[in-house]
Amino acid sequence: MKVLVTVTDVALVDDDFEIEGRRIGEEYLTYELNEWDDYAIEEAVQLSETRDAVEVVTVTVGPERTEETIRQALAKGADRAIRVWDDSLGETDVLDPVLKAELLSGIVEDEAPEMVLTGVQTGDDANGATGVALAQQVGYEWAAVVNQLDVDAEADTAAVHRELEGGVEEHSDVLLPAVFTIQTGINDPRYASLRGIRQAQSKPLDVYTPADVGVDFTALDESLSLTSLAEPTAESDATMLEGDAEAAASQLADVLADSGVVDQ
Amino acid sequence: MSDVVAVAEHRRGELRAVSLELITAGRDLADHTGGRLHVAVVGGDVDAYADSLSCEGVDVVHTIDEGEEFNHDIYVQTLTQLATDLDPQVLLVPHTVNGMDYAPALATALDRPLVTDAVALEYADHLTATRELYGGKVEGTIEVGADRALVTVRPAEWPAATGTGDASIESFEATIDESAVGSTVTGFDEVAGGDVDISEADLLVSVGRGIDEEENLPLVEELAEVTGATISASRPIVDNGWLPKNRQVGQSGKTVAPDVYIAIGISGAVQHVAGMKGADTIIAINTDPDAPIFDVADYGIVGDLFEVVPELTAHFE
Repeated sequence: MKVLVTVTDVALVDDDFEIEGRRIGEEYLTYELNEWDDYAIEEAVQLSETRDAVEVVTVTVGPERTEETIRQALAKGADRAIRVWDDSLGETDVLDPVLKAELLSGIVEDEAPEMVLTGVQTGDDANGATGVALAQQVGYEWAAVVNQLDVDAEADTAAVHRELEGGVEEHSDVLLPAVFTIQTGINDPRYASLRGIRQAQSKPLDVYTPADVGVDFTALDESLSLTSLAEPTAESDATMLEGDAEAAASQLADVLADSGVVDQ
Repeated sequence: MSDVVAVAEHRRGELRAVSLELITAGRDLADHTGGRLHVAVVGGDVDAYADSLSCEGVDVVHTIDEGEEFNHDIYVQTLTQLATDLDPQVLLVPHTVNGMDYAPALATALDRPLVTDAVALEYADHLTATRELYGGKVEGTIEVGADRALVTVRPAEWPAATGTGDASIESFEATIDESAVGSTVTGFDEVAGGDVDISEADLLVSVGRGIDEEENLPLVEELAEVTGATISASRPIVDNGWLPKNRQVGQSGKTVAPDVYIAIGISGAVQHVAGMKGADTIIAINTDPDAPIFDVADYGIVGDLFEVVPELTAHFE
């Protein structure tokens, strides 16, 4: 069985930053593996460890920078990696998650995995949409926001729990092949071992252009444009308790005592 | 067509509040596009839902009587047919867990651009949507160049529609391709149960990512001990397995409304705030003065929890 995991890096913004035009200045950004993807990788690697003949392949749409993140996924136990990029993709941000999914769809059709695991969302754009759009495009079944995944490969189904709002889970049976968007907390992602990091250096990482995998990016019709980017105006009307830790804690103790909820 | 279609959401026999919020957002949008507002409801007791959805400002409620509970394959198939029929300018879907399970497929099937998690919508020649990026640190405005779009709408951003209107209620007969239904809901589970009900507490001491390590939890436990508080947590603490699921406050955990809520090392992501903004008094302790938790706080301390919390504990010992 083959499991394809989509992996991306996300931009973390410093506490203090400047917006330059319609972008946050690059000097205020640091990139790291998307938190949700970390859980998706772990889920796939655990599957490969508990069953025979499971191949874990990662796919990333991103510039050369993302290879650092891709090597992390390989170090955690993925078998090989694919990166899709063309420099023309770097000129604008793809805003529509349906188009992001199209960039991945060629790889899914080439690799024909039984399962695709994606994170529920990315930490920066937070669309929460690429996985389900991808499933529709390649004709796979799917389930979004999965926090338990049990695969019955013989029966060609997976039993999943979907994390709904308010502490309720939905249990579903989903036919394979399928795309599952993985929620944080589904497992306990590992740290890469030193041995894993060494091995990752020699694992295959193939780079393709969208055209190589049958996606004509210039024909994708992006109709969305980012017209402004701004810091939300602070709405805080909190009374700030000033001073050092001792002084602030002392004022807070008074607030709590006055509230009458503290057992005295 | 300049019409707007809003899709309602229900679960286990009850219409969810976000459905009425979409009506408010949809009515406002339709006033600007000059079109009619349609509401669609798929599955369950559609006639009862239609009565509740027939609020002021709704022109038509379309009932699609297919299935009991949410099933994304049924939703995508039926709503594709309805949207093809009505050809609305804007299709609104809740940005909820179930919305995330069908909206992207519906946008793909209808070949519409998708804007997700909108917190504000405007229409003047073009549709523009405001959404948060980078964990709420910035807001981006997205202009839709196409004349058709699907937008998912963040819950609790628009007020719920009220009043009883005179919407016509029309049953929509969709064709279901059963061979393309590949997922089956087998049941539901309440996962936040157990020995403690944090929604019953008068005083919650709530801990977040700022605590850094599981080994540091006793710091907060001691404060809870001396003040008689109950401990709750934000999502990362529960994801890490440091506290059980029944302690989680937020969209996917419990909604709480204690007399006093002390947020310790919690940044205040929208999913968390959704679960605690009803507290009478909110106190936040965080190192980042720009943390969104201060937007909902009544009292704030910008400081290091590892210094402030032990000082606070000492006051009650």
